Amino acid sequence: MLGRMEGPYDVMVVGGGPAGLAAAIGARDAGARRVLVIDREAEAGGILLQCIHSGFGLHYFKQELTGPEYAERFVVEAIDHEIDILPNSYVSGIGLDSDGAKRVRILSEHYGLRTLTCRSVVLAMGCRERTRGAIRIPGTRPSGVLTAGLAQKFTNMMGYLPGKKVAILGSGDIGLIMARRLVLEGCEVVGVFELMPYSNGLTRNVVQCLDDFGIPMHLSTTVTEIMGRDRLSGIKVAPVGPGFKPDMSRERTVDCDTLLLSIGLIPENEMSAGLGIQLDVTTRGPIVSSTLETSLPGVFACGNVLHVHDLVDFVTGEALRAGRHAGEYALGIRRAQDNIRLVPGDNVRYCLPHSLSTGHEHQIFMRCKEPMKPCEIIIGDIMRKRLSFVVPAEMIMFRIKPDALDQFQGDTLRIDIRPLQK
Amino acid sequence: MEGELYDVAIIGGGVIGCAIARELSKFDLRVVLLEKNAEVGFGTTKTNSGIIHPGHDTPTSTLKGRLVVRGNMMFDQLQTELKFGFERIGALYWIREKEDWPRLEALKRQGDEKGVPGLELWDAERLQKEEPNLSHDLIGALYAPSGGVINPYEFAFALMECAENNGVELRVDCPVTSIDHDDTDDGPLHVQTPGGVVHARYVVNAAGVYADRIAAMVGLDDYTINPRKGEEFMLDKRLHGIVRRLVFPLPTGITKGTLIIPTYDGTIMVGPTAHDTPDREDVTTSFAGAKEIFDYVSRLCPSVHQSDVITAFAGLRAVSSTGDFIIGPTAVKGFVNVAGIQSPGLTSAPAIGEYVCEILAGQGLPLNEKANFVAAIDGPPRFAKQLPRDQEKMVAANPAFGRIVCRCELVTEAEIHDAIDHGARTIDGVKFRCRAGMGRCQGGFCTSRIINILSERLGIPPEAVTKRGGDSWLMTPMTDPVFRTVGQKED
Repeated sequence: MLGRMEGPYDVMVVGGGPAGLAAAIGARDAGARRVLVIDREAEAGGILLQCIHSGFGLHYFKQELTGPEYAERFVVEAIDHEIDILPNSYVSGIGLDSDGAKRVRILSEHYGLRTLTCRSVVLAMGCRERTRGAIRIPGTRPSGVLTAGLAQKFTNMMGYLPGKKVAILGSGDIGLIMARRLVLEGCEVVGVFELMPYSNGLTRNVVQCLDDFGIPMHLSTTVTEIMGRDRLSGIKVAPVGPGFKPDMSRERTVDCDTLLLSIGLIPENEMSAGLGIQLDVTTRGPIVSSTLETSLPGVFACGNVLHVHDLVDFVTGEALRAGRHAGEYALGIRRAQDNIRLVPGDNVRYCLPHSLSTGHEHQIFMRCKEPMKPCEIIIGDIMRKRLSFVVPAEMIMFRIKPDALDQFQGDTLRIDIRPLQK
Repeated sequence: MEGELYDVAIIGGGVIGCAIARELSKFDLRVVLLEKNAEVGFGTTKTNSGIIHPGHDTPTSTLKGRLVVRGNMMFDQLQTELKFGFERIGALYWIREKEDWPRLEALKRQGDEKGVPGLELWDAERLQKEEPNLSHDLIGALYAPSGGVINPYEFAFALMECAENNGVELRVDCPVTSIDHDDTDDGPLHVQTPGGVVHARYVVNAAGVYADRIAAMVGLDDYTINPRKGEEFMLDKRLHGIVRRLVFPLPTGITKGTLIIPTYDGTIMVGPTAHDTPDREDVTTSFAGAKEIFDYVSRLCPSVHQSDVITAFAGLRAVSSTGDFIIGPTAVKGFVNVAGIQSPGLTSAPAIGEYVCEILAGQGLPLNEKANFVAAIDGPPRFAKQLPRDQEKMVAANPAFGRIVCRCELVTEAEIHDAIDHGARTIDGVKFRCRAGMGRCQGGFCTSRIINILSERLGIPPEAVTKRGGDSWLMTPMTDPVFRTVGQKED
């Protein structure tokens, strides 16, 4: 399923995971004729291919699918949409022509180094996992300390276990999923240690992956030392006090040969930054308009490169929209500049997109800073929405209808989350 | 006599042992190097700060003071021959207090007298112009243009590769357990290893932090090695260019101080700490070490923040009880010490190689130059550093250059093949030869692919691939072998 690699394209999509595939489909739906998806791996589908557990598609397909099944549906749909997919290829740079065309430099095993032009680009590079270095766990540097995603690749793609007796630092969803996965493969999972006083994973994953398997989660606890010369021989953990400072008087040793890290995801925006695209310091993704266009005209972003999502279903929705706008851009259709800035207020860590435009419906994605229940989301003076609870691990989504914005006169719309009195 | 007879056995494959091996490989000799780790350069060398010192700060009354300037001058030619990462970016030695000016001037005088080239005193204005991101409360600096940065592990690998090309034998995973000798005859020393005995007329003890233990094996107890640990912190490439030169404080007696190091590969490294440790395997990093370094660095260069750390590591300096290098023959005939090689040991390494040859000659080892010594090696292909048109040619000649394995550092599969073909046997061996896994994701994406490539290229099962030899295994087989056969087709 190689692309024909004949330029110019209308839209080129960087990354063939769920975001990239949906963006390409969105672009075709909008009328773009020639769309190319460039993917690093031998097969499109992205990280979904190693997520062999089920639970994908409940929102989008109203059906419970595995990761590879979910990916397959979009690969098939992309083929039906006559989208070119170029696997085993790496985008090594993007240049801009004076007429607004984009030159995308691609390194590929089959085609060598090529530069292809297009009218618009969708960034869908996804994210990477935070590593040990990012949180500076003291101790030795043995083997057996790895990110949960790499352990998932060992287990699900290579058919090997990362170890036998496993501790997990961080309660991100991949870590929770891997706790269950490794127990099913005969490993002993001694516990999950989470720095925060609450889980960073979805509630359903805490219940289905830890509670159902009797795996303890230790909140407000962190790893204070890594031990072992060649291979991990154990870790030390301690509860944390104010300012997340470990209480070393209560430090204890946990016997294990493997430590999985599930301590957060970082959008992969090194290329975006190199292009001069403005990034949001909180999401670490591009600043985008209501059409998901970045600060660089004709370059759009979606999926985990824009902000880290909990559910692929929401990535798909976002990417279809980004792709549609990229397709329209390629055809010369331009929407008027956004006229309203959207800014985070009380207990809002971030909200997307960064600006809105009167006369259109908008899909808002946001996360809170702290858990709160029950509460109310207050969108300026145009809208209020009651929620039974909010937690940082679960993204909040809602729509703003065009008529709601019509009544708004200002240029800045602020979103707050405030507690509701029972 | 069981076992083979060599002219020289070198114990220890750090940068010093490797430099001696290469120097000896110029002569008609049978030489073996015994390394306890899975690959050379995996001890102190791998964790070295990677600095080529100008050499003005060590007095000529010491051995290190004499070897360092000579060593520094040898690096340009060595780089041409051995193609390791090295660049003379210059070094700055700053002061914050007016009363330190005389010390700075004294250092310059000492350096000028030693023949250190190009030393200049910079005032605050000049310093701010050249390094605007340094704190503006610095009042001046000594600038030494001959200071440089180097990838110390690449240097060790290249020295050893060249030595091997010229006939030196390398034995890895080969710890020395004892050495037998007979004072009454002129026969060889007998070096015992788990892999068998090695007989050698001369034994060069370049065992780093274990040098005193090796010396004790022949009954010598005239010095001890007291390891001094240094923790270093590698920062994200985002900070590339924040300083352009090596940034040193004025040296104290214990250490050259905490530095900001713009590494050869464009990352910024800060450190090291300097604390004595009784444990010769203590390469732990600590909360306290990080705090010490960042409290210091954030005052010196305010835009550096602890959140930019991508990895931390620690290494041990082999500090001798004499405070100086201990290089020379001993009471045991044929046994030569090359011990206590702490800073500026890396800079001195090539000069130490020459010096050890002189010592061995003085002890009766005949040094007959080989006619066919080849000084140069090919060096690794560095795809990311090539111009696009050259990259195009590389991919056309070998499609493995079109397969990016490490996306953070842009390392291709062909470069991983090359690393393995030049001695890499482990994940760390690949990483330190071609940078795969050294970037911001720290191997999160590429480790599995590198395991498969090592497995395929070395003809070993994936589970036999280790991080750095010994018990540093990475994966263990599942109980269901059917699944595994399917799984291996991946990647």
